[in-house]
Amino acid sequence: MNQDIIAGIPLVWYLWLSAILFAIGVTGVLYRRNAIVIFMCVELMLNAVNLLLVAFSRFHNDPGGQVFVFFIMAVAAAEVAVGLAILMMVFRNTKSTDIDFLNRLKF
Amino acid sequence: MITQYLFYFLSALAIASAAFVVFTRNPVYSALALIVTFFSIAGHYFLLDSSFLAAVHIIVYSGAIMVLFLYVIMMMNLNVDGEPVKSNLSKAGAVISGGLLMLVLIVALRDAEKMQINGNISADLGSVEYLGRVLYGQYILPFEVSAILFLAGMVGAVMLGKREIQ
Repeated sequence: MNQDIIAGIPLVWYLWLSAILFAIGVTGVLYRRNAIVIFMCVELMLNAVNLLLVAFSRFHNDPGGQVFVFFIMAVAAAEVAVGLAILMMVFRNTKSTDIDFLNRLKF
Repeated sequence: MITQYLFYFLSALAIASAAFVVFTRNPVYSALALIVTFFSIAGHYFLLDSSFLAAVHIIVYSGAIMVLFLYVIMMMNLNVDGEPVKSNLSKAGAVISGGLLMLVLIVALRDAEKMQINGNISADLGSVEYLGRVLYGQYILPFEVSAILFLAGMVGAVMLGKREIQ
């Protein structure tokens, strides 16, 4: 049964799906001005990569990929906590989540 | 055969809700669509027979991260449509560059079609027991380091989040 599940779906389908999801995430980061939604799109990109890692891990019969995904999830959780705290700080100072307010950061 | 239809359904759901995250105006709708995306990706993990990661994914992403996002959105009171939008030129530029990136990725991964599954796929690769052995055996040091990372993240979030005491 397990063989059927894997055999029914070629690896390259997962590659395409991950590429599409990653591209949607990149588009969102460029498209939006709301910092929170940009953050969500970063999460979307992380998820596309996670999906690809799990697919490769299954097809190569190697548990390392799944352990790696586990660590990526841990890092993503910590990243979201700190990032949202920074956004709260920015919001408290500028009363907005518009990232164009922060364009002086580049100087 | 049924798994292929399941794959089509989950993929369509994931892509549609991911697009909704990007193109809707209201941040609350973005967050809700992101939950749908996370659940469909968890369905993909089940399809790949990785039940442990599917469970962890639902707990961490749909449970913890999305609650954090929604909580922050509600604290900032962003559920109004007053968000400033980019000019049409930069929107078109964003969509075009995203589409080009997708094209590049798909073309670059074209050769992977020739890749074959190497023979015997073990049934319990994604099970809690097997991954637990690997995680607490071979990868014990990164596991402990990620615990320290969580501690540092927690301290940083609290420090950033609290108000200055005058």
